[in-house]
Amino acid sequence: MSDIKKIATRESYGNALVECAEDFPDLVVLDADLAGATKTGTFKKAYPDRHIDCGIAECNMTGIAAGLATCGKIPFISSFAMFAAGRNFEQVRNSIGYPHLNVKIGATHAGITVGEDGATHQCNEDIALMRTIPGMTVIVPSDDVEARAAVRAALEYNGPVYLRFGRAAVPVINDKPGYKFEIGKGVKLTEGTDVTIVATGICVDSALNAAELLKADGISAEVINIHTIKPIDKDIILESAKKTGKVVTVEEHSVIGGLGSAVCDVLSENLPTPVKKIGVQDVFGESGSAGELVKKFGLDGESVYKAVKEFV
Amino acid sequence: MDNLELKKKANAVRKGIVTAVHGAKAGHPGGSLSAADMFTFLYFEEMNIDPKDPKKPDRDRFVLSKGHTAPGLYSALANRGYFPVEDLPTLRHLGSYLQGHPCMQETPGVDMSSGSLGQGISAAVGMALAAKLDNKDYRVYTLLGDGEIQEGQVWEASMFAGARGLDNLVVIVDNNGLQIDGKIEDVCSPYPIDKKFEAFNFHVINIDGHDFDAIRAAFAEAKSTKGMPTAIIMKTVKGKGVSYMENSAGWHGKAPNDEEYAVAMKDLEEIDKQLA
Repeated sequence: MSDIKKIATRESYGNALVECAEDFPDLVVLDADLAGATKTGTFKKAYPDRHIDCGIAECNMTGIAAGLATCGKIPFISSFAMFAAGRNFEQVRNSIGYPHLNVKIGATHAGITVGEDGATHQCNEDIALMRTIPGMTVIVPSDDVEARAAVRAALEYNGPVYLRFGRAAVPVINDKPGYKFEIGKGVKLTEGTDVTIVATGICVDSALNAAELLKADGISAEVINIHTIKPIDKDIILESAKKTGKVVTVEEHSVIGGLGSAVCDVLSENLPTPVKKIGVQDVFGESGSAGELVKKFGLDGESVYKAVKEFV
Repeated sequence: MDNLELKKKANAVRKGIVTAVHGAKAGHPGGSLSAADMFTFLYFEEMNIDPKDPKKPDRDRFVLSKGHTAPGLYSALANRGYFPVEDLPTLRHLGSYLQGHPCMQETPGVDMSSGSLGQGISAAVGMALAAKLDNKDYRVYTLLGDGEIQEGQVWEASMFAGARGLDNLVVIVDNNGLQIDGKIEDVCSPYPIDKKFEAFNFHVINIDGHDFDAIRAAFAEAKSTKGMPTAIIMKTVKGKGVSYMENSAGWHGKAPNDEEYAVAMKDLEEIDKQLA
């Protein structure tokens, strides 16, 4: 395992902003005193005139981005998910969502893998909040390759986009020939017949590991990576559920309102199917290392394997 | 435009406000009327705008941070020729392009959707910043209520504007002294307003918001002020021009019935006669 390349998606985010800077001259990056942590500092170093530090005032940063967007800029605003989506919810809704402005929200440090900072900074509610805003696109990349592709796709798309990145280094799983990122298009990673595992973000890797373990037990799992929670790829979910008849969702987010809920929305209206939702079970997080927390909250490959096996 | 013409226009704007709110059977006449002279000066004199080309890239921008006074903005825009004055009574009606609070996608001439207090000023700051980043010389104006400045985001935005020295930004505070629950100093006093903006590195000008000479001079002073944003604190009368609405918190967010509407229009026609 040690030879697998690992990188945090927040790093990928910072790198992608730099990679896209020349292709998107209207791109400007805003931060709220967290440029070192969100990795927009990478962009700041390369393009100091296009990086605006707004100080510790996320709501104002969001409004500034809205104003910039009305004047033709493509602002990326950055903070921890807790503040970018949580503290900021109404500003994002009213100043960006309602006028459908071309603002991108790069939210880092999402979920429990924030780690040692504990519950106040572990945002497990942002997907739920953001996907209720009409016209908002919500993307949760699973690794470095996908995170960089998502940033570029968000810039190519005209409208508000919420991108969710993590603090902890995660394995690179999409560095395969032919990989293509398309907003709203899920990716089938393994073919299976007994159960569908729909995962997003860093849990895609856990789902793949779980599928390997299930295979040894003779259970054939189809793993689907839903990197775009909204608009969600209904077809890939329905097609797979029709085949397997059982669906498990895995996310580093509350089981209320996130990927699991979005998948249930699709299934309940079109193809009622038993669903097991793996995620943060309506509790707050706590301090600990990212690795310890992933295990404690049942999001590692081994835990997902056990939960799926029990469900099937 | 001389002061007499401005006064006539302002009275037309006031008639449009009362007519719109009466037609809507809801809305906010008090703060629309207190700012009617300011709306008039901005749209007929101060701003570089073109009603025939509402999205002209280098136009001056206006953000109505106190978005509930949309009737004032709409009436100014209609009177300026952005859309027919006859449409004002459709305010707040289902399907109307005159939403209860400003919507930039619906209404020609509206530069930013607003209405959730405290947010408009941040958008205005963003526009002023965009002009600086692009080396453009358009100016940005935003109008806030004196109750609105109780919102913390106003001060986040002001701190940023002051720190960045955005001298293409003018923040106007409509100090009519009243908010929904009563006098602003009784609810949660924002006074001294001027000292607060001074402390946030603004050039501050106190004026009578119904005196066109003072408004004109204040904007000239703002334009010649370099390296810092300007705040114009204008003392106004809530409900100005309509006898029974003046200085009444009760007319913050209430529409006149048919009899009250007739009285209001008579009051305003009386002003027309005096100006004739």
